[in-house]
Amino acid sequence: MAAVRTRRDRSQTRIDDYLLSEAQLEEMYYHMLLARRLNERMLALNRQGRAPFVIAGAGQEAAQVGAAMALKKGIDYVAPYYRDLGVNLVFGMDAREAMLNLLAKRDDPNAFGRQMPSHWGNRERHVVTQSSVVATQLLHAVGIALAAKMRNDPIVVLASCGEGSTSRGDFHEALNFAGIHKLPVIFYIENNGYAITERTDKEMAIEHVADRARAYGIHGAVVDGMDAIRVYQTVAPAVAETRGGGGPYLIEAKCYRLWAHSSDDDDSRYRTKQELEEWARKDPIKLFRERVESDRIFPPEDLDEIEQRVDDEVKEAAQWAASQPDPAPEDALGFVYKEL
Amino acid sequence: MAEMTVIEAIRSTLAEELTSDDRTFILGEDVEAGGVFRATEGLAARFPGRVIDSPLAESSIIGISIGAAHYGMRPIAEIQFADFIHAGFDQLCSEASRWSYRTKGDSWLPMVVRTPWGGGVHGGQHHSQSIEAYYCHMPGIKVVAPSFPADYRSLLRAAIEDPNPVLFLEHKRTYRLIKQDVDDAPAETRLGRSRITRRGNDLTIYAYGLMLHESLAAADTLAGEGIDCTVVDLLTLNPLDKETVLEAAKMTGKVLIVHEDTLTGGFGGELAALIAEHAFEYLDAPIRRVAGPDIPAMPFHHAMEGFFMPNRDKIAAAARDLAAY
Ligand SMILES: Cc1ncc(C[n+]2csc(CCOP(=O)(O)OP(=O)(O)O)c2C)c(N)n1
Ligand SMILES: [Mg+2]
Repeated sequence: MAAVRTRRDRSQTRIDDYLLSEAQLEEMYYHMLLARRLNERMLALNRQGRAPFVIAGAGQEAAQVGAAMALKKGIDYVAPYYRDLGVNLVFGMDAREAMLNLLAKRDDPNAFGRQMPSHWGNRERHVVTQSSVVATQLLHAVGIALAAKMRNDPIVVLASCGEGSTSRGDFHEALNFAGIHKLPVIFYIENNGYAITERTDKEMAIEHVADRARAYGIHGAVVDGMDAIRVYQTVAPAVAETRGGGGPYLIEAKCYRLWAHSSDDDDSRYRTKQELEEWARKDPIKLFRERVESDRIFPPEDLDEIEQRVDDEVKEAAQWAASQPDPAPEDALGFVYKEL
Repeated sequence: MAEMTVIEAIRSTLAEELTSDDRTFILGEDVEAGGVFRATEGLAARFPGRVIDSPLAESSIIGISIGAAHYGMRPIAEIQFADFIHAGFDQLCSEASRWSYRTKGDSWLPMVVRTPWGGGVHGGQHHSQSIEAYYCHMPGIKVVAPSFPADYRSLLRAAIEDPNPVLFLEHKRTYRLIKQDVDDAPAETRLGRSRITRRGNDLTIYAYGLMLHESLAAADTLAGEGIDCTVVDLLTLNPLDKETVLEAAKMTGKVLIVHEDTLTGGFGGELAALIAEHAFEYLDAPIRRVAGPDIPAMPFHHAMEGFFMPNRDKIAAAARDLAAY
């Protein structure tokens, strides 16, 4: 973070409650905001006919960034799902790459134009390649954790998905196996209340996904996913515990999908304006800013400066990515098999 | 080393690979106790922690192998019977087969899924299936179906060392039926190659697994009648050794494709299409197929099982017709 600030009197702030340094809080705000602004720009491009498809994480930035920041970059693994732009930004993706991915450009290192946008993957960055089939990645995460345990590598794997995806067999199989072998995995469920049009009560007969942890002999926790700091404070100790051999965690972040399911969805079919407005008041980015301001962690100018920087980056990235080469038709061929 | 059965060939190769590469490990149901066919017998004690009993969950076995392979291990998964692999179809089809493609080779999966397939063991619907056609329809997965012990050894090693997902099909009826001196026998060491096992001028038979042995037996009988057969042991079904397949078709001009799997949509259709497209001018007769009938699955009762399974007599009868054409 480049922002230059004058030193403040620490006694005036409540930073010690946060378990996060000032620099980390700044990073948290930056990544949440960058995720949101990128998504906004993406949707605008979609509406202008310049991007065929957008699936966004608006409303889930705190859940994503707070959790990802609890991991060790370059050491730990993530097996994210399509809404997890925030997780990817924490793990090293920048605005330009996010836009390359949106536009399915030739040089998008996630999928090189071969997948729909928001299907992430970058081996070097420890982001596991992901398909559209929900919950399959939970088993991949378990396999990585099993391998790491066999090798005595002290890593943690965080695999995420939505609450609807927990209805699938792979979710249950993954928790079961991880529980048996006490693997260093965090199953991280972003419960945003909907699986496309289906409310949670059509996906499960229980209130909390996390209650399922007991059935598999693993730890369960519920956290307010609209509060990035709380998310971090919940995930960080779980990461430490599972890294130390304490076994897997099922953590459910209660959040809300502020936008429609995707750029192709009309959410007025299945939810009310009133409900949306209520949740918009709990917008995680707004809440974060209010809290750090009222706790006097940052003067407003610092946060404004971050906002400005994010806006500049998004604008530049969108322009830059649009000028990047598309794949050639015959780029459809190749790499069916890996040759070493 | 001398004579080995198919199951001994597999077991000894697993032991050798576990010894030579510490990234390998075995994951499957009952494998710690040796597995239901004893392919992994004795290995858990010799390689502590590297032969792992999975819960009874096939999607797990494959999905977890994917994760471990991505991490750099070389998992050797065992699906107890090929009939139960379908619960892991999604992990193979939607994930494993596309891992390299969708990342343009940034990520890859050096993993093997071994599984016993095929009928003739009184296994009924769910212990007799031929599954190869489903998985040959997935570019990105290699499908291997050897027939002789020496090839089981060399191709299992090649599969484990390959950086791609390999479905390694083991015909369960041959596990203890087929023996071979593996030191002297020819052994194909590369995936993607077929072998012309027997040469004759009158017609060409293509087969794999138990049916390869039945085809060779039929060829012996036919030789006594003055009909000389070429027999192709396909070995790898995907990617297919098109060159050898076409060469063998052109040599005789008459083609008989044999498989246990049901006819419609079976692997033989692809072979027939390939030959028709690229060797049409060499053909002296219509392409013939001997395959299981189009009923949902192999029935249990031995009379009906026998009705379902192709065998040396049915192959010989079809070959006589073809030779006379
Ligand atoms: C196996 C599978 N079935 C159906 C779909 C189509 N689909 C995509 S997202 C989705 C809903 C997922 O809901 P949830 O898990 O709650 O995640 P959210 O989108 O709400 O973040 C569905 C049904 C799919 N991608 N994969
Ligand atoms: Mg949801």
